[in-house]
Amino acid sequence: MLKVSTAPHMYTPTNTVKIMQDVIISLIPAGLVGIAIFGLNALITIVTAVVGCVAMEYVACKYILKVKPSTKDLSAIVTGLLLAYNLPCNMPIWMTLIGCFVAIIIAKVAFGGIGKNLFNPALIGRVFLFISFPIQMTTWVEPKLFDFMNTDASTSATTLGILKHAEGEISASNLTSLIPDYTDMFLGYTGGSMGEVSAIALLLGLFYLLYRRVVSWHIPFFYVATFFALTSGFYYYTGDNSLDPVTHLLSGGLFLGAFFMATDYTTSPMSKKGKIIFAIGCGVLTFVIRRYSAYPEGVSFAILIMNAFVPLIDKFARPRAYGTRRK
Amino acid sequence: MKKIKTFTIGGIHPDKFKLSSDIAIEDAGVPEIVTIPVKQHIGAPAKILVGKGDKVKVGTLVADADGIISADVHSSVSGEVIKVEETETGSGYPEKMITIKVEGDEWEEDIDRTPDIVSEITASAEDIVNIIRKSGIVGMGGAGFPTPVKVTVPQGKNVDYLILNGIECEPYLTADDRLMQECSEQIVIGAKILSKALNAKKTVIAVDENKPNAIKTLKKAVGIHKGVSVQVCATKYPQGAEKQLITAVSGREVPSGGLPIDAGCVVQNVGTAFAIYEAVQKNKPLFERIVTVSGDDVEKAGNFRVRIGTPSSYLIEKAGQKSEIGKIIFGGPMMGIAGVNLNAPITKISSGILILKDESAYKPEVSPCIRCATCVDVCPQGLEPYMIHSLIRNGEYDEAEKIHVLDCIECGCCAYSCPARIPLLDYCKLAKYEIRKKK
Amino acid sequence: MGMTEIILFNIAILSVIAVVAAIVLFFIAKKFKVEPNIMAEEIAEILPQANCGACGSAGCQDFANRCASSNADEFRSLYCPVGGRNVMIKIAQKLGYIAEDHEPTVAVLQCNGSCENAPDKVDYVGLKSCRLASRVFVGKTGCPNGCLRLGDCVRNCPFGAIEMNPKTGLPEVNPDKCTSCGTCIRICPRGLYEIRPVGANGVRVYVACKNKQKGATARKNCKSACIGCMKCAKICPDIKVENNLSYIPTTVSAEQYGKELASACPTGAIVYTGEKK
Repeated sequence: MLKVSTAPHMYTPTNTVKIMQDVIISLIPAGLVGIAIFGLNALITIVTAVVGCVAMEYVACKYILKVKPSTKDLSAIVTGLLLAYNLPCNMPIWMTLIGCFVAIIIAKVAFGGIGKNLFNPALIGRVFLFISFPIQMTTWVEPKLFDFMNTDASTSATTLGILKHAEGEISASNLTSLIPDYTDMFLGYTGGSMGEVSAIALLLGLFYLLYRRVVSWHIPFFYVATFFALTSGFYYYTGDNSLDPVTHLLSGGLFLGAFFMATDYTTSPMSKKGKIIFAIGCGVLTFVIRRYSAYPEGVSFAILIMNAFVPLIDKFARPRAYGTRRK
Repeated sequence: MKKIKTFTIGGIHPDKFKLSSDIAIEDAGVPEIVTIPVKQHIGAPAKILVGKGDKVKVGTLVADADGIISADVHSSVSGEVIKVEETETGSGYPEKMITIKVEGDEWEEDIDRTPDIVSEITASAEDIVNIIRKSGIVGMGGAGFPTPVKVTVPQGKNVDYLILNGIECEPYLTADDRLMQECSEQIVIGAKILSKALNAKKTVIAVDENKPNAIKTLKKAVGIHKGVSVQVCATKYPQGAEKQLITAVSGREVPSGGLPIDAGCVVQNVGTAFAIYEAVQKNKPLFERIVTVSGDDVEKAGNFRVRIGTPSSYLIEKAGQKSEIGKIIFGGPMMGIAGVNLNAPITKISSGILILKDESAYKPEVSPCIRCATCVDVCPQGLEPYMIHSLIRNGEYDEAEKIHVLDCIECGCCAYSCPARIPLLDYCKLAKYEIRKKK
Repeated sequence: MGMTEIILFNIAILSVIAVVAAIVLFFIAKKFKVEPNIMAEEIAEILPQANCGACGSAGCQDFANRCASSNADEFRSLYCPVGGRNVMIKIAQKLGYIAEDHEPTVAVLQCNGSCENAPDKVDYVGLKSCRLASRVFVGKTGCPNGCLRLGDCVRNCPFGAIEMNPKTGLPEVNPDKCTSCGTCIRICPRGLYEIRPVGANGVRVYVACKNKQKGATARKNCKSACIGCMKCAKICPDIKVENNLSYIPTTVSAEQYGKELASACPTGAIVYTGEKK
C-alpha cells in the first residue's frame, strides 16, 4: 500500500537520544578527573545519582504522569551526572537520593516532564541539598591523586571559600600561599564538588559539544566573558586581591555551570539574541553573588534566577523575521 | 573569482543524493496515451477548446487561458482526443483533463525543429510577453505561476536584478543541473530575452557550488553571449527559494507580505528561461520538460525529456524499481507532494518523481519538544516554529499570525532538523490554512 | 531606638501608607467606574457559559447583553442552542417576554464511508488532522468529498459529543450530548456536518453522502455513495437530486417516509435512525 504524508520526506540523523548521548560523552572527562582525585567515593556518588534519577523518572512517568516512561531518551542520566558533579564526593548516599528526588520529581516531572521544566533539575537538586544540609554540602575532601580509598574527610576549604573568608585582607604575596596555583586549578588538583574541579576536562567536554553542534557558543562564551570582564574590572579598580580574575575563572562551578548547566536546552532561551541576554545576566549575577553575598559561590543561584527569566526573554528577544528589516 | 554568496538567516545542509547529475538527459519518447490537465498552474483552469474525436498535432492549442492568472495548454503529442473529463491527479483529487490517444508524431509546421542555436533576438519587448503568453509558459521551478504576469513590470517599479534560478537545492533532483550542463547557451539567450522584456539593469544566473560542471559550461556560454553574469552561491538549503536567492544575490530583502518586485528583483527558473528561448526563438510552445526520476527505490536514476501528460508509471518503468514502492513524491524530498496515483500525468511543474522504499516511507515517531532551538536556528524566514507549534495546538491562530506565520515559505527546514521529530511544518501549514480561511 | 519606638514608628509609617493608598484607590474607583448591567449579568448566569458562539454572538456575555437590550420582537430571534428551550424560558421570565418555540436540533455526519464501505487505498502516515490531510491528498478512501476519518471533529467538539467508532472508522455524534453549537461544521474541511432537527420521537432520515461525482466514479471509492438514481425522489417528491446527489429536506417526515426511503436506496446512502439494521 502506498504511504502518503506531508513534506518533508527526509530527516536529519540527529535525534533527542543522540543529543543526550553526546552530552553524556562530553561529561565523561570531568567525571574521570573527579574519580581520579576523590577516589571510590566519587564513583559511588555518581552511580547513586544516575541510578536514582533514572529510577525515579521511570516510576514518576509510569505512575504520576501516566505516560510511556521517557527514560529511553537518556535525559535522566544527564540530570544524574550533573547532580553528582555538583556534590562533594563524601555525600551520604541517602542525601544524594533526596537530591535525585527533588531534581526529578519536583523540578522536572511536576512541571510535566522533559522539555517543560522551568528550572534546571540538577541545580534545583543541588540547591535544595545545599540549603538543607549546609554542613555536608561544604565538607570538602582533600584532593589526593589516585588514592582510591580517599575517604579522609579532613575538611579542606575550596579556593573560593578561602577568598571569601579573607575578603579584602590578603596581600598579593600571601594569596599564592593560601590558594592552589593556576596549573593545579586548571588540571583539577583542588578541593570542590567532584565534577567542577578540572577546568581542562570541562573545556574538553565543551569543545566536543561545540564540534558536534549540540550547543552554540553563545551562552558559554558570553557567560564566562561577562564574568571575567567584571572581575577583572573590579580587581584593577579596587585592587582587592580576593578578586583575582584568573583564580575566579578557574575555581568554583563557573565552567561546569557555563558549559553544561546554563546551556541546558529546556531552561535556556531559544533565540541567539535571547541566549546572549541570558548569558550576560548569568555572568553579572554570578559576580554579584560571589562578590557581595555571604556565599562564596553563586553559579547555581545565578543560573536558577536567570532560568526564571527565560519565558520573558523568549517573549521579547524574538529572532528578526525575514522581510521585517527596518529601513 | 567572485565571492560565493548566500542568505543570512538559517538554512540546513541535508545529504544531497544527487544520483543522476552525471547522467545525460534521455528522450523518454512518446507514450501510447497522454492525459493533459488543463490546470497545471496557479490560477484559473484553462478553457477547453477540443472535444472527443478531435485530431490534434504536437503543439496544437487545446485549452485557452481563462483570464490573466491562467495559462494556455498545448497538446504534447499528435493523435485523437478520446476523453475530456475529470481524472485523478497525483493527489487523488479529480480535475479536468484531456486524454489523447497517440498516433504517430506529427508536429505543427511552424515549430523550428532544427538544433541550431538562434542567438539574435528580433522580437520586441511587447512581442516577447505575447509569445510567452501564447506558449503557455509558467514558472517551472515548482510553483507554476503564469510567467507572462511575472514579466509584466507593474507601473512605478523597476527591475534592478533579473535572477535566473539554477540552484536546485532539493536533494535528488538534477533536472536543472543537467539542463544547464547541456543547454547552457540556450539558457543564457533565454535570460537575455527575459532581460529585454523586463528592461532589467542586471541579469544574473545563480548556481550553487556543488554543480561545478554547470558553472563551467554556463561561464563559457556567458562569454559567447554577453550581458549576463554567473553568480556562484553556497550549497545550502533552501538557497533556491525565491526570497532567499534574492537576499543572496542582491543583499536585499523582500518585505514581509510583499512581492520580489518590491525589492526590485524578478526570479525565473533556468528551466523557464530555456522554455522561453524555445518559444521566442524556435516558436515552440511548452509541451515538454526535463524530469528527474530518482529515489532510493529506483534502479537507474535518470533525467528524461518528457512530454507533458505522460503518466508517471511510464517513467518509473523506464528507470526501473527495486522493490514495492512505499511512497511516490512529485517534486523533491523536502517540499514535494506525496501522491496516491502512480498514473498521475507529468505537468509543466513536475521537476522530479521520487520513489521511496517502504522503510523510508514512514514518518518517524514523535517525542516531546526539548526546546533545543534548532528550528529557530534553521528557519530561513526567522520564524519560531516551536512557538507556532504550541500556539496551534491550543488553537491560538491570531497569536500565530502575529509572529509572522504567514511568511512561512514551507521549506521544511524545521521539520527536517527537529531532533524530536515534531511535524513543525504541518502545524505551520495548518496555521496558514486556518488564518487564510478566516479572512 | 528602643523597642517601643520601633513599633510606634512602624505603626505610623504603615498608617500613612494605608491612608495614601485608600485615597488613591478611592479616586481610581470613581474615575474608572463601570455601570454594571444587572440584567445582563443575571442572564449571563443562566447561560451555559460554553462560549461556543453557536448563537451567533461572540460568547455568552455578548449574548446576554443582546438579550438584555432587546425588545420583545428582537428577543424572538435570539436563541441559545446549547442551553435549549429551558434556558430561553428562564431568560424570558427575567425579561417578561415569551420564549419562542425552537425545535431541538442535532449535528449529523453526511458520510457513510466506513472502513467497510470505503476501504483504505493508501496509508496516511502524517499528522492526524483532517484539515491538513485534505490539502495534501484526497484521503485514504479516495473519495474527494467524503470523511477523512482522522477525527478533527472529535478533538474539537467542545462538548465531547463526537466519538470515533473504531469499527466503522467514522466519527459518531452522541445526540444526548450534542448541543448543535456548530463547531464541527466549521472544523470539517469537507463540510460534512449538518444541523438537523432531532425529529419527532428522535427519528431522522438524511442522505449520508456529499459526493457529486458520477455514480460509477463515486461507487469505485465507496459502496455507500449516493449515485443520484432518483429512487428516493420518486417516493417523496420533496427530495431534490442535483449533480448526482440527493438531499432530503428537513421538512420530510422521517416517521412517514424514513423506513421506505432507507430500504429503497440501492447503496445504503440514506440513513434512517429509527430502526437499526
